[in-house]
Amino acid sequence: MTDQIAARHEDPVDEYEREPVPERARLGFSSFIGQYAGEHTAGTELMIGPLFIASGVSATAVVGGLFVGNLLAVLSWMFLTAPIAVRARMTLYFQLEKICGRTLVTAYNLANGVMFCFLAGAMVTVNATAAGLWFGIDMPGLNDVYPNGAGWIITVLAMGALMTVVAAYGYKVVARIANIAAPWMVLVFVAYGIVAARQLGIESVGEFWPKAQELIWTGGEPLAGRAKFTFWHVMFFAWFCNMAMHIGMADLSVFRYARRSWYAVATAAGMYLGHFIAWLSASILYAHQLQATPGNTAVLPGPLAYNAAGIAGVLCVIVAGWTTANPTIYRAGLAFQAISPTSSRYRVTLLTGAVATVAGMFPAIAMKLLDFVALYGLVLMPMGAVIFVDFWFAERFGFRRFYAEHSGVTINWAAAVAWLATLAVCLAVVNAGGLQIYFVGLPGWFAAALLYIVISRLVQRKEVRS
Amino acid sequence: MKHAARAVSIAALAGTIVPPVLFFYGQVGLEPMKAWMLASAVAWFAATPVWMNR
Repeated sequence: MTDQIAARHEDPVDEYEREPVPERARLGFSSFIGQYAGEHTAGTELMIGPLFIASGVSATAVVGGLFVGNLLAVLSWMFLTAPIAVRARMTLYFQLEKICGRTLVTAYNLANGVMFCFLAGAMVTVNATAAGLWFGIDMPGLNDVYPNGAGWIITVLAMGALMTVVAAYGYKVVARIANIAAPWMVLVFVAYGIVAARQLGIESVGEFWPKAQELIWTGGEPLAGRAKFTFWHVMFFAWFCNMAMHIGMADLSVFRYARRSWYAVATAAGMYLGHFIAWLSASILYAHQLQATPGNTAVLPGPLAYNAAGIAGVLCVIVAGWTTANPTIYRAGLAFQAISPTSSRYRVTLLTGAVATVAGMFPAIAMKLLDFVALYGLVLMPMGAVIFVDFWFAERFGFRRFYAEHSGVTINWAAAVAWLATLAVCLAVVNAGGLQIYFVGLPGWFAAALLYIVISRLVQRKEVRS
Repeated sequence: MKHAARAVSIAALAGTIVPPVLFFYGQVGLEPMKAWMLASAVAWFAATPVWMNR
């Protein structure tokens, strides 16, 4: 996911950071299929599928919601992100710097780095559930917030330290393992669902749908402390769990390498393998756990995978978690390093990994992953609206494109207000109980776009008149 | 060498997905299926680096 979300198995950002990608460096369609398929089959997918069941979703809602939501995500990449990426061919950060100014981009980097840290923390948590299986430690429960024992803390610490050191010193090795592991991981995720379906008592393909409604996604009451999920929750979650990447424009950095904008259809590989099949498989694993051990509501990817696929299943959890945590920690380090460019990248990455490890000790982040992922997208989304409007509509609405670059300001207040006011209003609406967090992203995007247009005209009124 | 490694990788992918399908249809037990999946994982990670991304 999400992952996920923010994870990247390649690291193209190190190149052409302050210039458009030249013709010779552009990539073919197949490069993007592999990248997206691998990236969205992460360890955290095993958290998300079960959390749908914990939210009392029905079979129709989950299958329909995932199908439509993932389609909307693919279309967002195709028609919002990629057309700008292949025309400008700049990284998100460089393009934002031209629009927003250096200081505002630094603030954006800080927000981005912090969110990456927490996301990496959830990945460390997932891996600790796999590693902890061997040591028989007490694992956290579904509603646990704090670390639940010394064994858990030590396991997370060991996994986090290992991942951090590798992210700092062996990034490329793990990136290569990620590419190698991707096809195998996808099949293991499929295998989880097939095995768990049989363990639930489904004995033929024809029996699947009726029994899925009866045994897996029953559409009953959610578990304690969870919001009830409908088709709309699932659809908006599937669409917006990668909101930072598509309508938030983070994947400008990826698709600037694409020869054609339609290559963004490759994101369908990630969406339908990772965010459809893997999530449904993980759901089936959890449904079997609830059937076999009623009352055991813990969402622990390690034990879930072991019950279905043995050691190979646990290995898949570790590889999937590690290969996505690795670039997530690395990228968080890059975001922080951009704030302090003279710092050693290794030192920054080690520090970032330490923060992610501490975050990973708190199971609340992983157990509330649906909410966290929605928040992650919401924090970064308004800047996507700013980029979209600035690229396509600046001249039409009578203000200057790349205002910070032309004026030399370090903060473009139109972008700053569009970002922070949108975020503040969205969070206020959520906190007041007006809308759940999954639903505020769409109106928030339009609000950010409108604010940016209105305030840009006000800020630039002298230039507009001239 | 690369051709042989490729063949092993393809067999390993088959060994990852076919046993769960057989388990689904009741043709193989859970423990043998897990053993096949583990053996296939080992084969995949041993053979694939020989030809992929080099």
